Amino acid sequence: MSIELLIVQLLNGLQYGVLLFLLAAGLTLVFGIMNFVNLAHGSLYMMGAYFAAWAYNNPIFGIQGSFILAAIVGIGGSIILGIVVERLVLFTLYERDHLDQVLATFGLILVFNEVARFIWGPSSYYMEVPEKLSGSINLLGIDYPAYRFMIIGVGLLVALGMFLLIQKTRIGMLIRAGASNATMVGALGINIKLLNTLLFGLGTGLAGVAGLMAGPILSVQPGMGEPILIVTLVVIVTGGIGSIRGAFFAALIVGVIDTIGRVFLPILLTTMVEKSLAQAAGPATASMLIYLLMAVVLAFKPQGLFPVKHG
Amino acid sequence: MKLTAFISAAILATASATAHAQTPIKIGFVATLSGTQGVLGQDQYDAFMMVVERNGGKLGGVPVQVIKEDDQLKPDLGVQIIQKFAEKEKTPIITGVTFSNVMMAMSKPLAESGAIFVGTNAGPAPLAGPACNQNFFFTSWQNDMQAEVMGKYATDQGYKRVYGMAPNYQAGKDFVAGFKRFFKGEVVDEVYTTLNQPDYSAEISQIAAKKPDAVYVFYPGGMGVNFIKQYKQAGLLGKIPLVSTSTADGATLPALKETALGVVSGTFWGPDFDNPASKTFVAEFEKKFNRIPSQYAAQSYDAALLLDSAIAKVKGNVNDKAAFRAAVRKADFKSVRGPFTFNNNGFPIQNMYAFVVAKDARGRVNLKTIAQPITAQRDSYADKCPIK
Repeated sequence: MSIELLIVQLLNGLQYGVLLFLLAAGLTLVFGIMNFVNLAHGSLYMMGAYFAAWAYNNPIFGIQGSFILAAIVGIGGSIILGIVVERLVLFTLYERDHLDQVLATFGLILVFNEVARFIWGPSSYYMEVPEKLSGSINLLGIDYPAYRFMIIGVGLLVALGMFLLIQKTRIGMLIRAGASNATMVGALGINIKLLNTLLFGLGTGLAGVAGLMAGPILSVQPGMGEPILIVTLVVIVTGGIGSIRGAFFAALIVGVIDTIGRVFLPILLTTMVEKSLAQAAGPATASMLIYLLMAVVLAFKPQGLFPVKHG
Repeated sequence: MKLTAFISAAILATASATAHAQTPIKIGFVATLSGTQGVLGQDQYDAFMMVVERNGGKLGGVPVQVIKEDDQLKPDLGVQIIQKFAEKEKTPIITGVTFSNVMMAMSKPLAESGAIFVGTNAGPAPLAGPACNQNFFFTSWQNDMQAEVMGKYATDQGYKRVYGMAPNYQAGKDFVAGFKRFFKGEVVDEVYTTLNQPDYSAEISQIAAKKPDAVYVFYPGGMGVNFIKQYKQAGLLGKIPLVSTSTADGATLPALKETALGVVSGTFWGPDFDNPASKTFVAEFEKKFNRIPSQYAAQSYDAALLLDSAIAKVKGNVNDKAAFRAAVRKADFKSVRGPFTFNNNGFPIQNMYAFVVAKDARGRVNLKTIAQPITAQRDSYADKCPIK
């Protein structure tokens, strides 16, 4: 195992991590601050990917195959969809307990999957990386896709933007205040309902960014949101519910551990047991690693790595 | 009283007589029609019905009624459907089936029903070997054949070191094993990924570092779309040849388009086949559905032609099991693949081909025939089938 390959695999892990962060950031905000469990977050990621792919495949104002336009439609579409869903369905659930929220948003997953299937068909939908980023960059003798560098860049920029928004702006201050004591913020004359809607829109917009980024590298298909939603839940629980900082670091840790584990665990096992057994047991064990990580973190820090203090 | 009885008897007699003349032969069609893999089942259904509709609702000159069911890729649901066909509908003929796991679960009730079964996709090894059945016929292939042809192709190309990848489940292992059976070189590594894993970047980086002569993969459906996209983006497509089974096919090419150019795939038929039966099929299918027919459509089209020939041979009397079975076994129809005969176990003896994803004459991304690595192949399990 060469050091170059290790670096490439770390990049792969980092790229997966920032994609997870884009999803986790929105989910943890809604979960932590509005105390609302939104299982349909993965569906909004899927819809973001579909909106972007649709804009990419169809001429809009005579422009077709533009990644910028796909980005506008994908992100804009998921923000609008998120706000509509929040206003129509979810706001009635804020006062209910978590089980009701889980049931209702799980229902939304089924609805969104069927809608996607109905509109775009059951098979994968076509989307390609933008021409300028379709090549690969030679890094220490190993080719690494340029597009994946862009994902890393966009993810880190969003993380920086989120940090500035939460820590340095008035909206961010209100969000933090709302997290500590929503009733008190409301009593001080702040429109907490509007704040919640904005927060939700921000979350689904980030899910849309993730969907847009994933569209060209993954198969855009009904149900694409569920597997990644589960990992996202692992991320926010590990990082500490409601903490953007926690989501960021936990996403990177989970991304790197999952990637490194998938590659090196089978190799490691081969040195210990018979090859055919290692080939079968390796991927199975590797896929458990992130759950083990979560269990260990929760055993020592039940509130996650970066717990949020509630008033 | 007497008169009433007479009249009602007469009415009954006429009614049953007309009913007899018009009662169509029931054909049970079952496939995976919903979910991400529903594309395969839809192609199977469309191609089968195309023949029925072309013949004015008849097969072999006799009206047929096709009862369509979706197994949703659930083995238990598949079993229920077969029971419904057997007990409620009493269908003498059953066709379709998309996935091997559903096929295996169905095989017992299917055998007990006594219906003649024409499978149009899944061909799991046990049904070709010890668990073969005289009523089971397949117009597709035994699963391993599609992997074996790629193993032979890789050998013919002179590849020495090949890297194998598939999802970590039974079919994935079977396909890699089938590839190895016909590949003379060295398989430098076998990597089995979690089923439905979306991202292969880590595994692809490992491939790039190993620098094999070629990569063999089996990634059906959405997994194939993911893998090929990512393989291309990593800059490996065109650098390290990618040979595959069920990965670049009619189901995934519409989502991949130009991305898949250059991927090699192995099966029994391609849309560019230069024989009259295939040309008729492709032209008619494209005209009717406005898409390129997949191999899954071709398999089911052949099944409809096979049944058409066999029903005609027994003049619609499909309840004479022995005669009807013998008529099916004759395979007296013009297959889109050219030469076609049934082996002792009900699987085809057929030529196997290699295809490359390329632009066709009309500029569409399509499969192009490049080699015929194996001629008149019998599957590797027929010896173990007790039927001689």
